[in-house]
Amino acid sequence: MTERLKVHVDPDKCQGHARCKALAPELFELDEYGNAHEAGDGIVPPGLEDKAWLAKSNCPEIAIDVIEE
Amino acid sequence: MSDVSQPAAHPPVTDWVHDFDHTDPQWTDDPFPIWDELRATSPVVHTNRFLGCYLPTTYEAVREIANDTEHFSSRRIIVRDVRPEINRNAAPPITSDPPEHKPAKQLLLPPFTPDAMKKLEPRVRAICNELIDEFIAEKSVDAAARYTKHIPVRAIAHMLGIPEGDSDLFVGWIHMILELGIKDETKLLQAVQEMSAYFSAQIEARKTKPTDDLISYLMNARDKQGNPLEDSHVLGSLRLLLIAGIDTTWSAIGSSLWHLAKTPADRDRLIAEPELIPTAVEELLRAYSPVTMAREVVKETTISGCPVKAGNMVLLSFPAANRDPKMFPDADKVVIDRRENRHAAFGLGIHRCIGSNLARMEMQVALEEWLKRIPDFRLDLAGTVTWSQGTVRGPRQLPFLLGKAM
Repeated sequence: MTERLKVHVDPDKCQGHARCKALAPELFELDEYGNAHEAGDGIVPPGLEDKAWLAKSNCPEIAIDVIEE
Repeated sequence: MSDVSQPAAHPPVTDWVHDFDHTDPQWTDDPFPIWDELRATSPVVHTNRFLGCYLPTTYEAVREIANDTEHFSSRRIIVRDVRPEINRNAAPPITSDPPEHKPAKQLLLPPFTPDAMKKLEPRVRAICNELIDEFIAEKSVDAAARYTKHIPVRAIAHMLGIPEGDSDLFVGWIHMILELGIKDETKLLQAVQEMSAYFSAQIEARKTKPTDDLISYLMNARDKQGNPLEDSHVLGSLRLLLIAGIDTTWSAIGSSLWHLAKTPADRDRLIAEPELIPTAVEELLRAYSPVTMAREVVKETTISGCPVKAGNMVLLSFPAANRDPKMFPDADKVVIDRRENRHAAFGLGIHRCIGSNLARMEMQVALEEWLKRIPDFRLDLAGTVTWSQGTVRGPRQLPFLLGKAM
């Protein structure tokens, strides 16, 4: 069985490029300034693992962690 | 003797490593091999031209500088032959340093979120189609003069609430500020004054008749203490929105079409798989990043082991960083389905381009509409592609033949 993934955006690093929201809209949300944070508790529903890794590998500020639990 | 200042002539570059010049015709035409040569020599090189200037060419060095606001100031953001006096409200927040930077930027962010851009998208799509209608029946077209040049200027005019019909005026000022102004301070100051007078009149008109555009938005903005912005701040931000919003995206759309015109396999794939366009746009942004911002060294430090001295400028080359093979496999190739693409085309750190969501939307829509209506096009080899000089790189003449090759 695959491990559960969780995404987390470091608010100090995020500069609002919004790549994560474009690539994985189910996993991230933007505030009124366009800065990102993880949706809900950040737990990645089954089937969206690839999108989580894609968001991480496309963040210009290296602000996204994907945690394997 | 004439009192009209003459732009300085620059001798041709013979030693790129010790004497680079980003206005040299060789760089303007084809900078990529130059960056490769410099990167192979050192992460950071220096020239005595432009009163002393450094150039980082690795992703790592560019990232270090972009994130270091202690040693590198944004009070001067364009490398020129002259250093005009510092104006605190030149173009906030792009010319602001901490702590003034954050509140100035936060004011401008809400109108440029992805959701806000979705609302603007139909207007941009209509602009693209209005432009295509004007030349689609012709066999050849300068795609820069008749398509790419007009899309961003009309979109930002629409947002600012100023006449789209004044576009030629805006494009003229930007040419004077970003290109001619590198070597000719008179042209720079003339354009800034004309632009300021134009916006002052727009502000005055809104004092009696408020509107629901970006100019009124800035006039109504309040700081954390509830005070309105100084008039000079409103004017400076309006100058920024107009300058930054136009030839950057015009250039990015133009470079993308230039690539597709000479790469039929990529063009045909995007026509067959339009859902790939957003991914391809990211790769085209990486490979042909239009914008090189600058910083001024305000405190001595080292970058990737290279010492840099205060008083010099830094040409913060996001385009060169995006071609660093240490960061991007096959960095010199355009891979339109590249999945991992942490490019820095919109900058890194606190000065991330406010308009990045607007630029991405404009690029996607401009390519979608063009490919839908003009699936067959190629470079007209009888014509010449020309490129802009200086801070923003993009095609200014883009001769295409339309229709299937006979």
